[in-house]
Amino acid sequence: MSIENQGLRETAPESDHGQDGRRLQHAEAATKPVAVKTSAVKTAREPQPRGAKIRGDRPIDQAAAAERFLAAPLHQKAHDARLWDLRGKRDVAAFGIPEWEELRELASQIKTHTLSNLDRYLEEFEANARANGVHVHWAADGADHNRIVHGILKDHGAKTLIKSKSMLTEECGFRPYMAGTGIEVIETDLGERIQQLDNEEPSHVVVPAVHKTRFDVAEVFARTMGTDPENDDAHYLAESQRMHTRPLILDADAGMTGCNFAIAETGTVVTCTNEGNADLSGNVPKLQIHSIGIEKLIPRIEHLGVFIRLLSRSALGSPITQYTSHFRGPRAGTEMHMVLVDNGRSERLGMEEFWTSLKCIRCGACMNTCPVYRRSGGLSYGATYSGPIGLIIDPTFNKRKYSTLPFSSTMNGSCTNVCPVKINIHEQIFAWRKVLAEEHQIPLLKQGMMKAAGQILSRPAAYRAAIGAADSALRTLPRFAVYNPLNTWGKGREMPETPRQSFHSWYKQNRMTRQDGSK
Amino acid sequence: MSAREDTLARIRRNRPAGDHPLPDVPLFPPLVGNDRVAEFGERLKRMGGRIAAPVPGEDPFAAVRERLDTATVIASAVTEIAGNRDLGAVARPQDLADVDVAIVRAVFGVAETGSVLFTQDELRVNAVAYLAQHLVVLLDPADILVNIQAAYRRPDFGRAAYAVLHTGPSATADIEGVLIHGAQGVRSLTVILLPRS
Repeated sequence: MSIENQGLRETAPESDHGQDGRRLQHAEAATKPVAVKTSAVKTAREPQPRGAKIRGDRPIDQAAAAERFLAAPLHQKAHDARLWDLRGKRDVAAFGIPEWEELRELASQIKTHTLSNLDRYLEEFEANARANGVHVHWAADGADHNRIVHGILKDHGAKTLIKSKSMLTEECGFRPYMAGTGIEVIETDLGERIQQLDNEEPSHVVVPAVHKTRFDVAEVFARTMGTDPENDDAHYLAESQRMHTRPLILDADAGMTGCNFAIAETGTVVTCTNEGNADLSGNVPKLQIHSIGIEKLIPRIEHLGVFIRLLSRSALGSPITQYTSHFRGPRAGTEMHMVLVDNGRSERLGMEEFWTSLKCIRCGACMNTCPVYRRSGGLSYGATYSGPIGLIIDPTFNKRKYSTLPFSSTMNGSCTNVCPVKINIHEQIFAWRKVLAEEHQIPLLKQGMMKAAGQILSRPAAYRAAIGAADSALRTLPRFAVYNPLNTWGKGREMPETPRQSFHSWYKQNRMTRQDGSK
Repeated sequence: MSAREDTLARIRRNRPAGDHPLPDVPLFPPLVGNDRVAEFGERLKRMGGRIAAPVPGEDPFAAVRERLDTATVIASAVTEIAGNRDLGAVARPQDLADVDVAIVRAVFGVAETGSVLFTQDELRVNAVAYLAQHLVVLLDPADILVNIQAAYRRPDFGRAAYAVLHTGPSATADIEGVLIHGAQGVRSLTVILLPRS
């Protein structure tokens, strides 16, 4: 079936510019198009680099997958530019709110409080949801979640399920599980749909297909939906997906969403989306299912006033997502189910150094700011959660398989600085290195590097001496010494100019002395 | 032991040490100036929405008149204008798939973000706000709140089975960051500032 024959509606010309004529950059739009140049691709079509190879429980070779990504310069540059643009917009949005730091602190404290009393809040949530006429289920792990959802669908004789993007269902392996049941699962988020059709995992928690160029998307859509393989216009591709998915949405027997926030006080599931597909999933079919990670709980509605203000600003630099949806009870004549999923979270709560990773609200800011992530792509991590947050969450699922991930970091601390709920991400990355070394989960070479780093990082004076030496070395070393195969961080990028003076020594010179005198 | 009891028991066993009281959330000063209507409109425009302030005594729907005149199916959930699709007689949400323009009234607007709130009561059929090609929203300028924090102090969220903040139309930039309106939901959203009658 060709899309052309269905008569595409004219796409809205106001997409690029607003009513006031100014360029629009809301949702996950780029400040200026980072589009891959047509000429470069047409002369030598650059195939999309694929992610890490998964071999059972064997440690993921993130570095090898990163090499493949770096070897695809068109993809790598577009990816890097796109995510750095999101990071820049996040900064503008954050600086636009005087109380930004206070909001981060509040969000962090609310999460700490909730996680410390999670049993009580889960019981409160469950009681309120039940009182609202919702069927509440508890899933011990991913397999349990999949069985429960499958059971609900079977009970209703459902043959098709439309769903919006959910990292939790990715984590549970929901789609692969459903593939064997005869029930069709249709992703309705554009990026997620692209990934589903290409039989690939999402590479980013907010922009799942950010590692693909429009040429890749044109190829996937031509192969799976019968679009014109020569037409790589983003408007045409997006419109084709809309026309292709709409009948599937209308015919679906059931709808499913994830959950950004679950409100204990009211039993509400909140989703934050841009496309409106979560609302279609929740409002069109007569059966709706919401999958909820138990760490998504927050006590009261008023706390949304803190988190909603942080989430989209951190993720995309926009003040809010296009849709902030609050699902509390079923529509007349329909059924609503909520599945509370543990899948290792209650166990993680007991890990003294790592439990605060449960505060994560999945904004992706740490990924956008991470130089390693931007240059290696989310799929190189071979895990549901990639980038800095992935480095500290993934090993809790499988220490052996994800043992190498905590080493995919420059330890620059930027992830920690942008995190809207103040997770000490880079410190946890370092703590994981220690744990993995103690448990002999890491290769010998890295153990040696680790020990050296550990000695330096544990002694502030030695650390400053080392930084000082490294900085002056960077200024004076010849190019071949910096950009050689042994220095993996020199690949695919120019080293930044090092400051003439470290902040610490500047502070010591200017502030510490001035405090006694001029101030 | 059931998954429920199992999870709750593990949470109790693994409870993080220390006392972590719930912080009081202070009332932050609004980010917006005194002219809430202007601030609302500015932010709505930045999020891809359109705003219209009708001239008193003239057609309040002038800004969307052309769209209405060329529409085949209009679903109105407001008294100010009659459509040709009765939302009260819709048996299944799917029956609204052919709606060109839907018209609904917002509970309130939010100046900080340019958002408007609907619940199932305003929408009549929730899906109309997503299945229609275009959405026209009536908003009483007196119903514009300063910020998101103020919005979440309203009782609507605790009462409604479904409550949703719309901020501009459906949007995506999942392909190379190119902004496109109408990913799945409405292709445009126009707010008409019109006091409640």
